[in-house]
Amino acid sequence: MPQIEVLTQTTPSIVVDRVTKRFLKRNSHSFKEAFVGWLRGRRVRADTFTALEDLTFQVGEGESVAVLGFNGSGKSTSLKLVSGVLEPDEGIVLTRGRVAGLIEVGAGFHPDLTGRENVFLNAAILGMDKKETEARFDDIVEFSEIGEFIDQEVKHYSSGMFMRLAFSVAIHVDLDILLVDEVLSVGDAPFREKCRTRIKQLAETGVTMLVVSHDMKMVEELCERGIVINRGRKVFDGPVKDAIQVLRDGHR
Amino acid sequence: MRGPQLAGTFVDTSMYDRPGRGSGLLDVVRWRYLLRVLIRKGTATRYRNSTLGWIWSYVKPASQFVIYYFIMGIVLQNHRVENYAIYLFSGIVVVNLFNEAFGNATNSIVDNKALVRKIYMPRELFPVAAIVGAVVHFLPQLAILLVVCILIGWVPTVAGIAGAILGLMLVLAFSLGLGLLFSGLNVRYRDAQNFVDLIKMFSTWTSPVLYSWVLIAEALHNYPWATFIYTMNPLTIGVELFHVAFWEPTVDSSDGLPSFFGWASLWAVVVSLLMLVVGQAVFRHYERTFAQDL
Repeated sequence: MPQIEVLTQTTPSIVVDRVTKRFLKRNSHSFKEAFVGWLRGRRVRADTFTALEDLTFQVGEGESVAVLGFNGSGKSTSLKLVSGVLEPDEGIVLTRGRVAGLIEVGAGFHPDLTGRENVFLNAAILGMDKKETEARFDDIVEFSEIGEFIDQEVKHYSSGMFMRLAFSVAIHVDLDILLVDEVLSVGDAPFREKCRTRIKQLAETGVTMLVVSHDMKMVEELCERGIVINRGRKVFDGPVKDAIQVLRDGHR
Repeated sequence: MRGPQLAGTFVDTSMYDRPGRGSGLLDVVRWRYLLRVLIRKGTATRYRNSTLGWIWSYVKPASQFVIYYFIMGIVLQNHRVENYAIYLFSGIVVVNLFNEAFGNATNSIVDNKALVRKIYMPRELFPVAAIVGAVVHFLPQLAILLVVCILIGWVPTVAGIAGAILGLMLVLAFSLGLGLLFSGLNVRYRDAQNFVDLIKMFSTWTSPVLYSWVLIAEALHNYPWATFIYTMNPLTIGVELFHVAFWEPTVDSSDGLPSFFGWASLWAVVVSLLMLVVGQAVFRHYERTFAQDL
């Protein structure tokens, strides 16, 4: 049975072990192009771009960790690897427990369905069953502040209402690991505050968190540890204050 | 649990899940609640914002039937087949089911792009939901067929109905296999869609929907193996089983089935299962890069 060395204080909930992720810059987009390219001896499967290189980190149970870096440094890619949307080309990613992401909430919403139908649809997409959703339904609606509009089609919602409902579903999923990707720009200031409080609550109840954000204030408030990624490589892993400092220094 | 002594020790990887690694079609069973919700979403949104709504599910096959019946039955005088209307319709519904199931399954991944790119779930759910949706759509057509059959004094037989159900399952397994194959390919190569359109165009003509299989056997009498290949098409088997169930009891004499129908059916089952295996394998191969190819 393969074993992995523990790098964290508690049992790791997320293990990213020597992970490399490459993207293809594809040259062919049709059978014809692929075939003609193959006939001419051109490389059909094109050049690669390395998004993450030999990345290793672990997140212990109950820990809140921020992934920091500039645009295009590979932060979101690493989150997608943990959620399972992408698969690593080398190395392995392991998780323990139920993973849910506040990654682009609202992706599963259908404009022609009512708010209520969308809550059930999205909860199912995030892995909840009918009973769990029914039990939380009132909380979800209350948190979203949608009120009586819940039985209206979502396409008639304002963008703020839409995001609030989507976020509210995602935040009420039963989970062990929460992935947060730049979504706290949801709604108006009071609602943002409410989300922040809710996420902090989750962190306090022992949910493991992996956060990607450009909002340094929030990161500092929420996380103890920070990992700085630059061009797909890990350059720093330590207390979040130092991580932010590293990022600022690098910027200069 | 807490304590610095943990760092440096080792944990077993068997305690962990590997995100993004599903167990293929088997996962669909585990995620059946989501499957149900996705199917309901498909049926609920299909005719949103259309005044006639589900009537379209009746209008389309009815007009298709009228035009075929007019051209093939009246203009070209297809006298060989008694009760041609029932013969025609019982075949058309099977081919329609195949076209709908296969077509929807092929587009299912691209249509759910937003989800596939952002949230992980077993992706086989989408083609499977598309195929179940096609079955729901098929029910009104089946209802029309049953009503017409009963009106003209059709007496069902147990064997006939059992055959029709087996035929349906065969056609659905075949569509799922093909659907998995092409939905996987379609993500990277959108021209898969055009290929699918071609197959759908052929499907009506390469099974005995508009004519009797005897005509094929006569035209190909020098090549009996070609007739055999024609017959082992899962669609042909499905159509013929529907003929046996719904059309044959309403006529005095029919051409019956080819002598090798049993063997051909067996081969059709093999073809469908093989298609499922190949479809699932190709699907899984491309699934690894769905999120970055969409």
